[in-house]
Amino acid sequence: MMDIAELIDNFSFFENWEEKYQYVIDLGRKLEPLDDSYKTDIWKVKGCQSQVWLVPQITDGIFHFMGDSDAILVRGIIAIVFTIYNDKTAEQIKNVDITKIFAKLGLEENLTPSRRNGMMSMVAKIREYAEHQ
Amino acid sequence: MYDVYQIKKDFPVLSALVEGKPVAYLDSAASAQKPYCVLEAMNHIYKTAYANPHRGTYYFADAITTAYEQARETVCQFLNARNSKEIVFTRNATESINLVAATWARQNIGKGDEILISEAEHHANLVPWQQICSQQGAKLVVFPVSDNGEYIPEEFATRLNDKTKLVAVTAMSNVLGTVFPIKEITSAAHIAGAKVLIDACQYAVHCPLDVQDIDCDFAAFSGHKTYGPTGIGVLYGKSEILENMPPYQFGGDMVDNVTFEHTTFADIPARFEAGTPASVQAVGMARGLKYILDLGFDNILQHEKELIKYATSRLLEVPQLKIIGTAQNKGGVFSFAVGNIHPQDLAFVLNKENVAIRIGHHCAQPIVNRMGYQSLARASLGLYTTKEDIDALINALLKAENFFRER
Repeated sequence: MMDIAELIDNFSFFENWEEKYQYVIDLGRKLEPLDDSYKTDIWKVKGCQSQVWLVPQITDGIFHFMGDSDAILVRGIIAIVFTIYNDKTAEQIKNVDITKIFAKLGLEENLTPSRRNGMMSMVAKIREYAEHQ
Repeated sequence: MYDVYQIKKDFPVLSALVEGKPVAYLDSAASAQKPYCVLEAMNHIYKTAYANPHRGTYYFADAITTAYEQARETVCQFLNARNSKEIVFTRNATESINLVAATWARQNIGKGDEILISEAEHHANLVPWQQICSQQGAKLVVFPVSDNGEYIPEEFATRLNDKTKLVAVTAMSNVLGTVFPIKEITSAAHIAGAKVLIDACQYAVHCPLDVQDIDCDFAAFSGHKTYGPTGIGVLYGKSEILENMPPYQFGGDMVDNVTFEHTTFADIPARFEAGTPASVQAVGMARGLKYILDLGFDNILQHEKELIKYATSRLLEVPQLKIIGTAQNKGGVFSFAVGNIHPQDLAFVLNKENVAIRIGHHCAQPIVNRMGYQSLARASLGLYTTKEDIDALINALLKAENFFRER
């Protein structure tokens, strides 16, 4: 799996939004699909215009998230979020500056509350899991 | 017929540039843009005659009171109501409907009674009735529409009976665009002994709403969809019904005499307007209605009819696009799906292309689900919409369709 430095590097080559988001779509298509049995209200992230699911798995204090969305761009963003947060400890998760990383990726528009693509709700949920571990 | 390019200049925000490019505003069904005259009418009050209406004994207070009551008169004319006391100002159409639910319905809907609504209602004309029914032990009955969103007279008729106490129906669906035959529905409901409430939010912008001709008992619509400001709506009610309704909220401006032991309430419509009213917004709303009347419904209808035809044929140029709601008699609202592209994804590309549409369940989840979707994209027209706006939509949709195509 790609790490965040590699991802930032990849994003630096795009010259326009079309290229950038075509890549987000590719990441979304490559995201491992979430088993339908998880697509229930329990795992649904509220406050999104599309359906978003987030499932945490914790092994020996290390977090691994699975997730999905019915919108492809959101799937792509989920893939990026997982690259940032997956296989980390609660402490590492708390220390992530997501705004800074998204600014480096040139994806900061996805963090505005008006976008309501579930990105902020998802990050809040991830942090909540880390807080309550 | 009018020159739409001239009309468009009346609406300042429609000339605003985003990232140096014009915006195709196709979300008037959610909220319409405001012409200069509305902004100026409101500004004029603030600059020359602002005070709290109905209370003062000085020039400003008299002037705003007169302007507020003139606004009520304008709404009265707009609806062809018999008397301006049949016009109650509210915050919006949602409050208008909730007012009827909290007062008239609580008094008149009892155990075993039925409220009949269509399958295509906005949540604002659904949830208040559902809640009242559950509180009063009554039953909410829903008449379906056809797969293409058409009104089916038999479906309505078979659900109307002597237990029906209220028929609450939209005059035009905000999702399907279907125009419901409200005069026919009202007449049948009255024969069955039911009262009728018309949700005229979408309809009032596009067609003349003559409450005497329709003979409905209540009608609700809002200022912000009729090219006026937010924060103001209207409840029309027949005076003989309003007069027998208890107050909705309590406070200033709605009382006659108050002691610590007892209060008598003001006559209609003041009885339903507790607290300082949105007087400036009422003036703005009236100016918006006057703008519509000056332009003329005949002209607006003709303009929109042509655009609807144009938009329908052009939308079908987009591969995999399906229009949801194709009733014979439909207004300028186009809900659609493009293949299995999520509306949120579509809207992302459309936004990049400066095309403003609405996506989601449009505050009408049951009808969106009934048509087989969780979420839909919707483009809607206003009296200022041009063919170029439609062209911008089609180009953006073609780009989006290509953008999300799997390679």
